[in-house]
Formats: sequence, C-alpha cells, structure tokens
Amino acid sequence: MASSPLVDRHGHGVGGGHHGRRHPAHQFDTMEQQKESSTLGMWLFLVTEIMFFGGLFTTYVVYRTMYPAAFAAASSTLNVPLGALNTAVLICSSLTMALAIRSAQVNWRKGTMIFLVLTMVLGGVFLGVKAVEYHDKFVEHHVPGHSLNTPFNFVLENAHEAGTMQAADADYRRHAEIFFSLYFIMTGIHATHMIIGLGILAVLLFYSWRGKFDSEYYNPLEMTGLYWHFVDIVWIFLFPLLYLLGANAH
Amino acid sequence: MSEHTVTPVSTYVFVFLALLVGTGLTVFAARVDLGWANNIVAMTIAVIKATLVLYFFMELRHSTRMTAITAAAGFFWLVLMIGMIMMDFWSRHSIVLPVEGK
Repeated sequence: MASSPLVDRHGHGVGGGHHGRRHPAHQFDTMEQQKESSTLGMWLFLVTEIMFFGGLFTTYVVYRTMYPAAFAAASSTLNVPLGALNTAVLICSSLTMALAIRSAQVNWRKGTMIFLVLTMVLGGVFLGVKAVEYHDKFVEHHVPGHSLNTPFNFVLENAHEAGTMQAADADYRRHAEIFFSLYFIMTGIHATHMIIGLGILAVLLFYSWRGKFDSEYYNPLEMTGLYWHFVDIVWIFLFPLLYLLGANAH
Repeated sequence: MSEHTVTPVSTYVFVFLALLVGTGLTVFAARVDLGWANNIVAMTIAVIKATLVLYFFMELRHSTRMTAITAAAGFFWLVLMIGMIMMDFWSRHSIVLPVEGK
C-alpha cells in the first residue's frame, strides 16, 4: 500500500476533500495509479493469506480422508443453525462493507459511517455467536487436550460404531479430537481475522468522521473491503467443511 | 470519479441475495444423502459463492489484469498444494517396491 495513505500530505481535502482535485502521494503520477498500486499490494497480501489458510485446509483434507467416520461424527455435534446464521451474518456484513465503499464513491460521508457501523455490528454479532458455540463445546468436553478443566471426551453416538472394540474406541476418540483441533484452530484464526478487521473498521470510521474519504480517495476503505470480503470467503468454505460434513451422518 | 461508473446498489443486493440462497442450498443439500457427491455439491456451491464475492464485492471485474492474475495465482497455488499433497497421499500405498534379493 502507499505509505500511510490515511494522511493527506498535501493539505488538500483535509476535513472536506470535495472542494479540489486530490493529489496522489509523490511516488505516483495519478490517483488511478496510486489506487491500482494499493489494490495490487493488498492482493499480494491476500495471496499470502490464501496460502496461510490453505495449509490448514490441506491438513483438514488429509485427516478427513484418513478418518472419515470420526470426522463426520464429530462434525455432526456442531450447531448447524448457528453456523448457517453466522454465514448469513457475514454475507450481510460483506454487503454493508461494499455499500460503505459505494457511499464514499458517491460522496455520501454519512452513508459511509452508517454502513461501517453496521459492518462492525454484524462482525460483533458473528463473534458473539461464535463465543456461544465455543462455550457449548467446552460444556460438552469437545475441546481438545486434557490440561483444561474440561478434559476432552467424545462419546460414540452412531450405532454402527458403538459395537467396535475398546482399542478402536480410543482411536476413534483421538480422531474426533483431531477434527475438533482443526475446528478450533481454523475458526479461531478466522475469528482473529475478524477481530483485527473490527479494529481497522474502527480506525476507518474515525477517518470517515474526519472527512478523509470522498469519491476521489477511498483506498483505505476499498483495501479493508478486500480484507473483509476475503475473510467472508474463508468462512464460506469453513461452514460446509466443518459444520455440514456430518449433516446426514445419522 | 473513477474511470468506471459506480456499481448500482441493486447489483450488490442481488449478489447478497444470491449468496443467501447459496447458503440455504448448501444446508439443504447436505441433509440429502448423496454419498460421495455431497462433497462435490458442497464445494461447487462454495466455489460459486466465493466467485460471486470475488467478482462483485472484491471488484475483480473492474480490476487491472495484473491484479486479476495475482488473485488467480493465489488460488492456483492453493489448488497445486492440495492437489500435489493428495496425489502423494492417495498413491503412496499403491506403489509396491520390489523385494530385496528377488
């Protein structure tokens, strides 16, 4: 991204950039070039994010191929309605994020602020629902590991699995633990991204209130939008992979 | 004003509704037992949803070719990573090495 694009280095447009044409930062020839540069830089960052989450998705695919039955059984304990609700909430927040950027494009400062607040509220709702789900997992002893005061336990529910031997049961439980490890690390890192996003949105809200953005300059809004939508895409894949795998397991 | 016109609100709302429908579809499809095809259906819907987000919300349809290639490269490497690892994973046990001394 351009060096601290939030700061107007030329004295133009501070507190109301609508009055004159904006000037790009000194290393750019035009506002267009500055924006394209920001976009490309942001996408390069997102590519590293794709690979970052990609490693986890790959791990998931490998272990799921190894232990399909245990993964399906463990997945079926997740709360599908809450997961679906969160998917809808996140999609809704992507809409409000896009509308916040659009408001800047049409010089509607108040609209930008309203939609940024809505995006943050929806992000908060997502994290709240996630907290409820995590709490349920602690209560059900589905959190991996034994050092917590809720040691991991997974009771076999499927009739055709219940008849297996004791040693197989222990294996089965361990394989379910792998699923929950992946569930917590993947949704946890996703939630961390949401929390970081909320922080950035708060900063953007402040700058919108100060009148930093208008139809000529809204790069920070657009770059944050890319980040926010990317986090949405990660969830679009996490939801079916984690929640719906065991939907027809029993 | 940028070189491209501002996207109408109706476009964003339409994409939003399509994403909601996709979410409903994927929940519904998961409850129907299709065997191995459940994975295909779920991932197909997810890829379509992701494409909608990339194309409309992330403005890839208005991006420069350079940005589009960068984005595509990211997903291409992801496919390579998962594809190569799974090729190894699936084929590893099917290779029988000749026994020493025979």
